[in-house]
Amino acid sequence: MDIQVRVWRQSGPADRGRMVGYDVKDISPDASFLEMIDVLNEKLILDGDDPIAFDHDCREGICGACSMVINGVAHGPEKATTTCQLHMRHFKDGDVIDVEPWRAAAFPVIKDLVVDRSAFDQIIQAGGYISAPTGTAPDAHATPVPKKDADAAFEAATCIGCGACVAACPNGSSMLFTAAKVTHLGLMPQGQPERDSRVIDMLQAQDDAGFGGCTNMGECAEVCPKGIPLSLIGRLNSDYRKAIAKS
Amino acid sequence: MTDNEFWTEGEPVVDKAAPDGPIETRWERRKFAAKLVNPANRRKLTIIVVGTGLAGGSAAATLAEQGYHVKSYCYQDSPRRAHSIAAQGGINAAKNYRNDGDSVYRLFYDTVKGGDFRARESNVYRLAQESVNIIDQAVAQGVPFAREYGGLLDNRSFGGTQVSRTFYARGQTGQQLLIGAYQALERQIGLGNVEMNARHEMLELIIVDGKARGIVVRDMVTGQITTELADAVVLASGGYGNVFFLSTNAKGCNVTASWRAHRKGALFANPCYTQIHPTCIPESGSHQSKLTLMSESLRNDGRVWVPKAQKDTRRPADIPEDERDYYLERIYPSFGNLVPRDIASRAAKNVCDEGRGVGPGGLGVYLDFADAISRLGHKAVEAKYGNLFEMYQRITGEDPYETPMRIYPAVHYTMGGLWVDYDLQSTIPGMFVVGEANFSDHGANRLGASALMQGLADGYFVLPNTINNYLASGPFPKVSQTDEAVVAARKQVEDQIEKFLSIDGDRTVDSFHRELGHIMWEYCGMERTEEGLTKAIGLIRALKEEFWTRVKVPGKGEELNQNLEKAGRVADFIELGELMCIDALHRRESCGGHFRAESQTPDGEALRHDDEFSYAAAWEYFAADGRPTLHKEMLEFEYVHPSTRSYK
Repeated sequence: MDIQVRVWRQSGPADRGRMVGYDVKDISPDASFLEMIDVLNEKLILDGDDPIAFDHDCREGICGACSMVINGVAHGPEKATTTCQLHMRHFKDGDVIDVEPWRAAAFPVIKDLVVDRSAFDQIIQAGGYISAPTGTAPDAHATPVPKKDADAAFEAATCIGCGACVAACPNGSSMLFTAAKVTHLGLMPQGQPERDSRVIDMLQAQDDAGFGGCTNMGECAEVCPKGIPLSLIGRLNSDYRKAIAKS
Repeated sequence: MTDNEFWTEGEPVVDKAAPDGPIETRWERRKFAAKLVNPANRRKLTIIVVGTGLAGGSAAATLAEQGYHVKSYCYQDSPRRAHSIAAQGGINAAKNYRNDGDSVYRLFYDTVKGGDFRARESNVYRLAQESVNIIDQAVAQGVPFAREYGGLLDNRSFGGTQVSRTFYARGQTGQQLLIGAYQALERQIGLGNVEMNARHEMLELIIVDGKARGIVVRDMVTGQITTELADAVVLASGGYGNVFFLSTNAKGCNVTASWRAHRKGALFANPCYTQIHPTCIPESGSHQSKLTLMSESLRNDGRVWVPKAQKDTRRPADIPEDERDYYLERIYPSFGNLVPRDIASRAAKNVCDEGRGVGPGGLGVYLDFADAISRLGHKAVEAKYGNLFEMYQRITGEDPYETPMRIYPAVHYTMGGLWVDYDLQSTIPGMFVVGEANFSDHGANRLGASALMQGLADGYFVLPNTINNYLASGPFPKVSQTDEAVVAARKQVEDQIEKFLSIDGDRTVDSFHRELGHIMWEYCGMERTEEGLTKAIGLIRALKEEFWTRVKVPGKGEELNQNLEKAGRVADFIELGELMCIDALHRRESCGGHFRAESQTPDGEALRHDDEFSYAAAWEYFAADGRPTLHKEMLEFEYVHPSTRSYK
C-alpha cells in the first residue's frame, strides 16, 4: 500500500519544529508502524536527509519505549495497543497519517519524536517501592495474599510507564501512572507500612516534576495500552485523603 | 588440537576462585573466605554498573544498599526498559512448594543436564541454592506473582523439567521482576546512593595498571564523551542475539560493552552457544525488524503438529486428526511437547525441511489449543495465556482461540559471554560480569525460566558477596582524568566516531546488519557444518571490509544520532560473528545450542564428544595475524555424570 506520513521534525529542544510530509510507497499491510518508519528512514539516509529519531526498543509492547501520537491519538487508533504493536493493516491505501511526539510540559522534546520522560522515574523515586533491602526477606509463603488482591495488584502493575496517559491528558497529568503504582503496592500486605507516606510523597513529586492536575477527563484510560482503568485514580484519591487525615 | 589458519591455541584458563570439597557447602565456604570491606570504607569506593536489567538493576540496588557509591548506566531512556522486561514465562526456584520431589539438588541436576554437560557444577549448584532466596526477595518487594485461592504462590512446570518449580506472573514475569529491581534501584537513586545515567552508552573500558578502573561513555542526547572512573566495573549488558539481526532481543540490545572489554583483554567464552527458541511468531516479510517470542509455557497446553502430507495447503480445521503429525509427541513420548528448546527447534526445522511447514514460505508449525480449550474451558485458557493470545492476534491478525497459532524458531538467548571465574570476575581484574553477559551457568543450553533466575542470583546474591573480596584488596591508587590510559581510551572512542562520520558511503548501517544476520542464520544457526562455517568466515571478513569503506552514517557526533549508535554496535557484531563461526568450527561436536551436522546419532540427535570437548572455550581477541587464541577451561563432573540426554 502507498501512504503519506506527516511527521513532526524538530532538530533539538531549541528548534521550533514543524510537520514534514513524506511519501511511503509499497508498504506491506503486515509491517508494523515502526517498520514502516524504518523503511522510510532507510530511504531518507540514502537520499542524504536526516532520518526521523524515535524511541523504541522491545517492539513487543512491553518495554514502554515507543511513543508516537498517530492521527492525534497516543499510540494510534487501535485500543490497548502500543505503537510498536500497531500494524499497517489498520490503515488504508492512500491514507495521510500524522505522527507527533508525546506533548506535555513534563515531557520536553529532545529531537523529532523523542521526548524526555525521566519525570516518571522521579515519581517512583519519591515512594513507588516497598523498602525491602536484599537479604531481609522472610520466606515467600510467610505472608499469604488473597488471590483477589494479588490479581488486582497485578492488573495495576501491568503499567509499562510509556506516558501515553500524560500525552492524552489535556492537563498533562500523570495521575493514572501514579495511581497504578499506588494501587499495585497498596493492595499487597507488604506495601502497607509505607502506604500513607507513599501516596503523599508520590503526588508531591508529580507536582514538582511539572505534571498538571487531574480533572477526571478520562482520556488517559482511553489510550492506555495496558487498559489501566480510570477507577484507580479514585482509589488513589481515597488513599490520599485518608493519609492526609492521619498525618 | 593444533594451530591452523583460523585460530591458535594458548595456555588453559583456570578458575582460581573455585572452591572444592563437598558441593553443598562450596558457596558457604567461599563467602566466609571472602574478605570484607569495612562499612565505613564502602562509601569511599565507587562501582560502575553497566546495564539495568535483572542482573544490573539488582546488583546496583544491592551494592548501594551495602553502602557503596554506585554509578549506573543504561542506553534506554529509563532503567525500567531493559530487555529483561520482555521475559514472559517465569522463574525457577527449588522451593518444592508443590511437594513433588523438587530440591536444590534436582534443580542443579536438571540445569547441568539441560546445559548438555558444558557448565561448571559449582556455579550451577550455587544458582540452585540462591534460587529460593530470589523468590523471597521478590515477594518482599511486592512482585505480584500468580497465587492460588488459599493465597499461596502458584507454580507451573516448564520446558525440560518434570516438577512444577516455575513461579510466574501471568505472561509478564520478567516485567514484574524487573520492575521490582527497578523500584529498589530508584529507591537508592532517591536516597542519593546511586548516580543514574540513562541514555548513556559505554564505548570503552579503562584499564590502569592492569585493573579495570572506569569506562568511556557517550551521552546519547548531547553526544558528549566522558571518562568515568571507579574502583571496579560491573558489566550487566546482556546477550548478543542481535548478531542475527532478527531475534527476540530488543532492537537496542548489543554486544558493544562486552566486545570493547574483550578487545582490551577479557576472554570471551563459548560464543557459538546460541539458544534458538522454538515458539516465536514467524516472519511476515522483508520489512521484518525483529521477532516476537510466544512464551514456551504455551507448550504446557498447546500441541505441536504439522500435516502428514507435504505442501498441504488446507486450512488447519479441515485437516482431520489422522492426517496430522503431532511429531513431538510421536518422537518423544515421555516429554512430548515439553522437550527442551533445542530439540523442539530442530524438530520444527526438520519437518519444515521435509516440506511439511505451514504458513507463508512454509516456515511454521502449528501450536494448537483446541484440546486444552475443550478440556479446561475457554476461561481457564484465557486466564493462563490471555495476554499471549492477544499479542499473537495483534501481530498476525489471527485468533488462536479459533485457529492454531503458527510458530517457528528464532534466536532468543546466548549462553556464551565473557569468561568469569566463580566470583564472576573476568580475566581483567576489577571487571565483573553478571547475567546473560557472562558465560557461566547454562553450559551449552539454557532451560526455560532459568534466565531470570540467573540474572537475579548474580545481581542480588552472588556479586554483592564476591566483589567485596576484590575491593578489600585495595585501596587502589587514585586515577586522574589526565592519566595516559584514560586519555588514550577516550581518544579511541573519538577516533572511531570520527571515522564513522567521515566514510560517507552508499549503504546504511541496517543493510550491513541485515546481511550479517542472514550469514549467521544460514551458516551459524540451528545447524552448522564445517563447509558452511568456513564459507561464513570468508563472507563476514568481506562484509567487514565493505562496512568500513561503504557505510553511510548521517548527522553529527554531538547530537542524538541513532545511526551513529547503531554503527558502533554493528561494527562489533561483525567481529563477534566471525568469532562465533570460528568457535562453532572448532567445536566438532554437537551439544545443546550448537548442532554440528557432522556429529549426530543415526536418528539425528546431537552427539557430544566428551573425550575431546569437555571444556569451555575462552577466546582471546584476534591477534595481529587475524587469529584469535583459544584458552580451554577443562570441566570436571563430580556429581552429575555426563550421559546422553534422552527425552524419548
